[in-house]
Order: sequence, then structure tokens, then C-alpha cells
Amino acid sequence: MKNQEYNYWISSIPNIGPKKIELLLNTFGTAEEVFKASGSALKTVIECAKSDQTVRFMQSDLDAILHSKDKNRIHMEFSRLTERGIRFISKEEEEYPDKLRQIYNAPYAIFVKGKLPRKDQKVIAIVGARECSAYGTEITRYMAKSLASEGVVILSGMARGIDSYAHNGALEAGGITLAVLGCGIDICYPKENIKLYMEIQKEGAIISEYAPGIQPFAGNFPMRNRIISALSDGILVIEAKKKSGSLITVDMGLEQGKEIYAIPGRICDILSSGCNNLIKMGAKPVTTPMDILEDLFPDGYRNPAEAIAKTQIPLSKGEKKVFDCLNLEPKYIEVISDQTDIPMMELMEILVKLELRGLIRQTIRNHYIQNLQ
Amino acid sequence: MFSKAYSAAIHGIDGLIVSVEADVSDGLPLFDMVGYLGSEVKEARERVKIALKNSGYRLPAKRITINLSPADVRKEGTAFDLPVAIAILTALGYLEEEHLKDVLIIGELSLNGSIHKVNGVLPIVYSAQQKGFTKCIVPKENAKEGAVVGNIKTYGVSTLREAVDLLRGETGMSPEHLDVEALFQKKNREEDVDFSDVAGQKAAKRAIEIAVSGMHNILLIGPPGSGKTMLARRIPTIMPELSFDESMELSKIYSIAGLLDNQGLILKRPFRAPHHTITSSALVGGGRTPRPGEISLAHQGVLFLDEFPEFQKSTIEVLRQPLEDKAVTIARLHGTFRYPAAFMMVAAMNPCNCGFYPDRNKCSCSINMVKRYLNRISQPILDRFDICVEAMQMNYKELEATHKEETSEEIRNRVNIARNMQMERYKNENFYFNSQLTPKTIKKYCKLDSKVRTLLEQAFATMNLSARAYHRILKCARTIADLDLSEQIQTKHISEAICYRSLDQKYWGE
Repeated sequence: MKNQEYNYWISSIPNIGPKKIELLLNTFGTAEEVFKASGSALKTVIECAKSDQTVRFMQSDLDAILHSKDKNRIHMEFSRLTERGIRFISKEEEEYPDKLRQIYNAPYAIFVKGKLPRKDQKVIAIVGARECSAYGTEITRYMAKSLASEGVVILSGMARGIDSYAHNGALEAGGITLAVLGCGIDICYPKENIKLYMEIQKEGAIISEYAPGIQPFAGNFPMRNRIISALSDGILVIEAKKKSGSLITVDMGLEQGKEIYAIPGRICDILSSGCNNLIKMGAKPVTTPMDILEDLFPDGYRNPAEAIAKTQIPLSKGEKKVFDCLNLEPKYIEVISDQTDIPMMELMEILVKLELRGLIRQTIRNHYIQNLQ
Repeated sequence: MFSKAYSAAIHGIDGLIVSVEADVSDGLPLFDMVGYLGSEVKEARERVKIALKNSGYRLPAKRITINLSPADVRKEGTAFDLPVAIAILTALGYLEEEHLKDVLIIGELSLNGSIHKVNGVLPIVYSAQQKGFTKCIVPKENAKEGAVVGNIKTYGVSTLREAVDLLRGETGMSPEHLDVEALFQKKNREEDVDFSDVAGQKAAKRAIEIAVSGMHNILLIGPPGSGKTMLARRIPTIMPELSFDESMELSKIYSIAGLLDNQGLILKRPFRAPHHTITSSALVGGGRTPRPGEISLAHQGVLFLDEFPEFQKSTIEVLRQPLEDKAVTIARLHGTFRYPAAFMMVAAMNPCNCGFYPDRNKCSCSINMVKRYLNRISQPILDRFDICVEAMQMNYKELEATHKEETSEEIRNRVNIARNMQMERYKNENFYFNSQLTPKTIKKYCKLDSKVRTLLEQAFATMNLSARAYHRILKCARTIADLDLSEQIQTKHISEAICYRSLDQKYWGE
């Protein structure tokens, strides 16, 4: 068996995480040594660890290690990885991201589909609620798009809501985006993001510390968040409730010394309460992409607002009135009619016209917002 | 001795003339009834025997046989009590055979000899008139119903004795009279609800006006308490008034269902709002001997399905065929029954489980939950709604607003104009409304000029509309143009129709 195959073996034993692996490697030297170690030797290590109490080794772990020593299976699984374009990168390899290596409890190995970013590329993690508002959707897209068009790599977790829009925004701008999964790398979760899953790998990468086939257990996600924060240079929180999973990412980011950015929201919006709290505690409020770019590129950057400035299209009086009435808060046609004093029938004609020109858009049926770009 | 009286059974929404034959002959004392009878008809034996005794007629100890002919049609209901009693009395010689000539008799007997009301009097009297009968004897409570039919004398009787005297010509009783003309002349629009009661809701009101004009089915979506039911309840008030023929057809259905209370005719368009626990046979009609269901009771009016996603999927699916055919056909071993069901379907639903989507501060449903909620309605049923509109939660300002809202009458006048335009346009076709346009006839009647065509093309590309949506938008645009008195469909008509397009996945729960 090759060296890498031993590494793969040790990282794919169920319930054996980075800490246990570290302990085993410290004791035996290499994964190959661990593999070749006798049952009694392993048992001694485990007994020691038990008294030590830093690592919670159990009897079942020993069984798991002993059971998994099937050379044929390991060999087959490992060659399957290569066949499916999944790369296995362990800590021992050069390619293993330095940012990740430095953190506490770093994964022993990661699985990667696609290309990892170069070391000089800046990475911003965008996180937020799965059930987001239209405001969150729009801002996420806008931020991801603007940052990506400046060459910033957008990192997120491919979950529903903000995560998906962040990836989509980056892809729309032709930028690079990374997704860190909370399940086996061969599993697309949630399923509806299959298109995203395929697109991300083309220029960016899908990353997971879980071996292929591991289901998306709820416990995996907080763990995955530590990788998101580790790989980033800064974390942008778009919409988060007071008790949001995104805030775990932020906590870990703070531990790892990352810059925290938050999009302010109205104080009465539940979905913005998490962000507003972060700002209160010292996170940097972000109102334009420049707020992030100036930190990432102190030597200067292009103004993305100029790059994607609205092309001025002459609007008729009524159209202007309707356009000005709209913002990022979805407004129902009846409300627009009330606020602009334009009768329903005429208004509908204007709305359809503006929508066809791409100036406004419907978030859901008959609720309109301005298109940010 | 043998005698024969005439009565009738209900078959579908028509009366079927049944002759009641009685024979009294020597033999062992016996009272027997034959002729494919339902159990309530068989029980007539006891009621008749005792009612005769209590009315002062003595039944001799003879063999009495009753036959209801045609003997191969199943007979149900209690309307045969009175004709059976009369036939026996004739056979016993209390009445002359010629008294029963050209007389149709229906009524339920009570043990003391009084006569109770029965269902289906209107269609029965109507059939009697068609078959050339000159007189009808019906229970007193049903007399008005029967009097609606012209060219036949309808007498209401309250006891068996009264009926016998009437047949003998011994009373000066005059036939029941109902001035149908006057009923229709009279402003029968004394509705207790009116559209002016509803504050705000401009979009929903406008959509309803369009829906009624073209008889499009409409789906109302809105948070709880936004006034969906209030709006729906007022829809019949803006429909054109019932014509005599429509009223007659509707009254027949109500007569059979026993819902024609003492008023003779149904003059208002019906509004039926069955609860969502309704079974499919209660909805479309059914039973061993079929009875009309809610959809037939909503004929020429509104069938309102509140909490639409809560209805059993199978219950809603049975609506598909009646919605196409404007009638429901129920087949049974002993016959096929057809009930008219040209109703306008109005459904109301919440946008999600909790009811507040897309207001994220109130709604706690995940996108998946919203989608699942919507998925409870199958696509084929969703396709039956040409128009879909949101009812909005109203704010205090709107509720307090003092400006006058439009009354139902004002809206109805516009609806009438749009309906007349359709009537004129489709006079050579076998349909009446824009909602009944098929893809083929859409090509013929919804011609678009190049400007409108480009708009529609663009809208399809940007909004990712389906082919199904295309036809619905055109049908709806046709009605909007009719309301605008325009023979040509213009861009504004198409634009508005696009805003009312049906719910689709892309725009709900994105």
C-alpha cells in the first residue's frame, strides 16, 4: 500500500477525528506504523489517553480501527477517489493550505474537487441565514459579485439561502468560489444545489474534511464552519438571527484572528439582529464592497461601483416615479400603486416594461424590488 | 277492482312519470307493493294504511296490490304515499276513475292523514306539464314551487281528505298562483353584502372583476384575516342577474336537493362554501340514487373553496372534468345522471403554513415548507385558475379611510358590458365566455399585433413562463380588453394579465 493510502485509511475511520489521529501519529510516527501496530499496542495507547482525558478514546474506537484494516477495500476506495476527480490532501503534503494548518483542531486531511486558490489570492467567507429575506438575497448577490469581480475568492458553505446566493453571485461575475461541505464530498446537500455543485468545481473548489459517503449529520456543520473561517481572510455576515449557525463561524473566525464584517439591517428585523449585534461588538459595518476591499488591498483597488455602474437608460416620468418608489424591500403592486398614485392598470404596464429592461425584478409574484445591477 | 293514478320520480334533474296501479281483490287480507322500490317507498304501506284509517276510510279485509310502473326504474323518496292512497281509494270506489285522468299527484303522508312536503316538486311539475297533464296535486308547502310552471294548475293540499275532496271537485279551491314576471321585475337585488363593504384591496377587486367578466376561475392568496372570504362572498353580487331560464334550471336542482325553501324560485346567484372536509361525492354529487353535489348547487354562481390546500387531493381532482364540461355525469347501473355545473371556482389559500410568507419578520417557515405547502395543489388543478391574486393585509389607515368604495352595482355594470361583448363575439360558437377559449379558438379571437407580440415574447424569456401560462395570459388579456371596450388586445392588457398569471414554483418560494 502507498503512503497516501495509509493516510487515507487513518482519516476515514468512523469517529476518529483530528485529535485522535494526532495522538496516534504522535505515538507511532506515521499512518503506516499505526496500521501495522498490533491490537495490544493500540490498546495501551488508548488506555493512556483515557487517563490523560484530553482525548476521549473509547473501546469502540479501537474496534473501529481494527475493523477498518482491510487493504483491498482501502486500495479500492482510494483508487475510486482518483477516478472521480477527488483529491485527497493530508497535512503532510505541501498543498495542504497553510491557513488551515495553523488552526486548533485542524483536519488531518481534506478532500478537494477542483482547484484550491493560490496563496496570494484573498478569500472572503460570506455566511448568513438559510431563510433569508429579499434584502439579504440582493445584498449577498451584490457583494459576492462586486468582490469576485475584483478577484476576491468567495467562500461559503453551499447551504440554502445566503450561502447559495453568495456562490451564485461570484459565478455570475465570472469569479472563483469555494464551498466547504458538512458531508462527504461526493454528496450534494441540499440536493437542489446540484447545478451550483457542478459549477463551483469548474474554476473554484469543493472542500470537505469528510470522506465520501458521509451523510450531512447536523453535528458536522459547526465543525465545517471552522474550516470556512480558517480558509478566509475575513468573514462577511449578511443576515443572521440572534442564535444563528453563522455566528459559530464568526466565533471561530475571531479565535483564528480573522476580520469580521457585517451588513447592518433595520433594528426591528429579526433577521438582522445577529448582524447588528456583531456591529455593536466591534465588527466592521459594510455598506459598500469598498469597505472590505480597502482592508484586503491596502495598496489600492478598482472601484467596483464604477465597473458595474447602472447604464443610464432614459425613463419616462411614470417609469421614474415607479422606479424611485422601489428599493430592496419587496413591495406589492398595490402598495406601489398607493405610493405613486398610479392606477393599477397603468402601473402594471410600467412594471412589466421596467422588468423587461432589467431595472427591477420580482422576488416573488407581484412583489418588486430594484435590481442592484 | 283496478285503478291507476299518476305520480313521478326524480331522474337526474328531470321528473319521470310513474303510474301507480292499485288492485283490490278477494283473497287473503294482504297489502303488497311492487315495482323496484326503495325501502322508504316500501314503508309507504304502513303510512298509507294508518293515514287512510285516521282520515275516516275503512280498509276492507281484501288483497291489495300496488304496482309502480315502469317497474324497472328504482323508486325512492316519500312522494308516492299520497298517490298510493288515492289509487287505493279509487279502487275501493271512494273516487271515480275519471277523477284521476290528467292529474299528477305527489306528497308524503303522515299517520294522521296530513300531507308533508317532498323534494323535487319543481322538476316533477315541469315534466308533468311537458307530458300534457292539466292538474297537479302537491303538498301545500311545495305549492309555490309548482306554481312556477305555467300552463298547468297546481293545487296545494294539506290533508288526505282535502286531496280527495279536490279530486271529487267538491271544494272551490283555486290553483296556486305565483307571478313569476313580478318576481323578476321586482328589484331582487336586496343583497345583504356589497363590495363597498371591503376597504382597499384594489388589486384583488380588480382581479375579481376580470374573473367574473370572463368567468375565469380565480385563486386568492393572502395571510389570515386579509379578507379573502369577505371578497369571495361578494362575488355573486357583481354577476349579471339570473335570467328566467337560468333561474328555472337552478331552482330545479335546489328543488331536488330539498333546499328550495318556500320561495318558489331561486333568484339570487348561489354562493356555496363547502368545508374542506367534504367528500368527493358530496362535492360533485353521488349516492346510490345520485343527488346533486355542491358544484351543481353552485351552478350559475360561485363555488368557494376556502383553505384550498386542506382539501383532500382526491376530492379536488374530481373537479377537473366538471370544470371542462360545465356539467357532471354520474353513471350508475340503473342509469346515467347529468347535473349542470357551470360554476365559477373561487379558491382561497394562505401563502404558507403559518400564513405570513413573504413577511420574514412574521413567517417562520423554511422555503422548503412553503414549497411543500404549495405542492399540496396539483399542477393540473392549478392550471384551471386563469387568474391568481394576492389579498393584502390591510393597515389601519386603509380601514379608517373615508373615501367611498365602489358598490357592487357599479362593478356589475362594467361586467355586463364585458359579458355582452363576449356574447356578441361568440354568437356563432358553442361557448359563451373567454375562459372557455381553447388553443384553437384563442388563435382566432386573440389576434396580437407585432408590438404586443414582442412584449409577450420578451416577457416569456425574462419571466421564464410556461406554455400553459401563455394560453391563460391570452384568455385573461382578452377579458381585460373586453372590459376596456377594446376589440384589439393591447400591451397594457397583456401586461396586466401577466401580473395575474397563475402561481408557479419560480415565483413562489424562490
